[in-house]
Amino acid sequence: MAHALGPNETTLTHPGSRRIAGLIGSIDPRLRILAAILFAIVVVGLSSLMTLGIAMGLSLGLLVLSGLPLRATLKRMAMMDSFIVFMVLFLPFTVPGDPMFILWGMPATWQGLWQGVDIALTANAVILALMTLVGTMEPVTLGHALHALRLPETLVHLLMFTIRYIEVLREEYLRLRAAMKVRGFRPGTNWHSYRSFGYLVGMMLVRAIERSERILQAMKCRGFSGRFHLLQDFTLTAKDRRFATVFAGALGLLICLEIAWH
Amino acid sequence: MHIVDGALSNPVVIAGAFAAAGGIALGLRSLTLERIPAAGVLSASFFVASLIHVPIGPSSVHLILNGLAGILLGWAAFPALFVGLLLQTVFFGFGGVTVLGANTVNIALPAVLAWMLFGRLIGRGSPLAGAIWGGIGGGFAIAATTAMVAAALALSGDAFLPAARLVFFAHIPVMAIEAVLTGFAVLLARQVKPELFQTGASA
Repeated sequence: MAHALGPNETTLTHPGSRRIAGLIGSIDPRLRILAAILFAIVVVGLSSLMTLGIAMGLSLGLLVLSGLPLRATLKRMAMMDSFIVFMVLFLPFTVPGDPMFILWGMPATWQGLWQGVDIALTANAVILALMTLVGTMEPVTLGHALHALRLPETLVHLLMFTIRYIEVLREEYLRLRAAMKVRGFRPGTNWHSYRSFGYLVGMMLVRAIERSERILQAMKCRGFSGRFHLLQDFTLTAKDRRFATVFAGALGLLICLEIAWH
Repeated sequence: MHIVDGALSNPVVIAGAFAAAGGIALGLRSLTLERIPAAGVLSASFFVASLIHVPIGPSSVHLILNGLAGILLGWAAFPALFVGLLLQTVFFGFGGVTVLGANTVNIALPAVLAWMLFGRLIGRGSPLAGAIWGGIGGGFAIAATTAMVAAALALSGDAFLPAARLVFFAHIPVMAIEAVLTGFAVLLARQVKPELFQTGASA
């Protein structure tokens, strides 16, 4: 998954930093999460290419409203696992139907092509809506909003710990890699490289466990009683209600068009 | 291996969501408050490990290491790997929303199976013996994940079947690399911190 990250990019913004907001940024985080989930469910249910195209247009509209960098976000959206890309490219040759052209004795069908386009549009529209509605939140806010949406408390705590330590552990990983580099390590396809990477992972895990022991001691020392206090409160404003109405209207329209055109 | 929205049929998506919810609930029950810091830091470690690129011939693969996560966390691997997937989906755009459950099961169930099958063997005997079982567990987990991704697609439509089979065999080198790396990681951990596998896998 890391094709998205260069060596100097950070994984998640540091907790506490402000994220780019735009219009989307001022909407209640709980509402944004629910909107993204509803959007996903509706779009996955669509099957006509026209409505899928409109859904993609909606996602692009959200992207403009969110103030995220256009080019970088679209690049992330379009990136899929090579596994899935391969599957979709294979579809015209495996779905039976009217032949489009013949490649090395294998007929490619229109039905297969449309099915591939259907999957690509669905996947990209949904993930773009998610990145613009939810991905623009500060990770810590995401945790608080999920807690407000009644996700189990233990799961939210686990999420908060993970968010907190990803950046710390990534820095540790880069330090270990730097240490390997100054000792002349150059990765290649050989036993020595795989052994070194294995030791690197093992060392990271050992250090992580020892770090977690120190964290637990520090928490106990400060009177940790088993409850974290999540400080953020959320209230719906008139602006949130307007957003919810417009968004629900757009989803309703998508469903009506799907029924009319299918 | 992240499946995207729209590729799976509705029954597979719904089954995946229910199975993931069940696995997460079981995992959360084993997470006492004392274990949350360890699980959270390990979850972050596996997130970072998935950023490591390992060269293979002219190309490179990124690590998943779900077998290792299962061996260290047991059932808690379910919520821990779910959290990692959720963050990857929301902030990096990998995978999808409705398929989050299916993706979680595909990664986390093999992790838990690897722990059940090989967890005890890895903590016992000499570090080398433990490392060999660790390698087998790591290879098993990634093979099972690939097979489950292929099966989820094949169950969603016969059109996916030929490609799914081909992709499974194309992933055999990845399985070998994960096995070797997991083996060496276990070898180092057994020598540096032997108690890791006795305490870590007990819950």
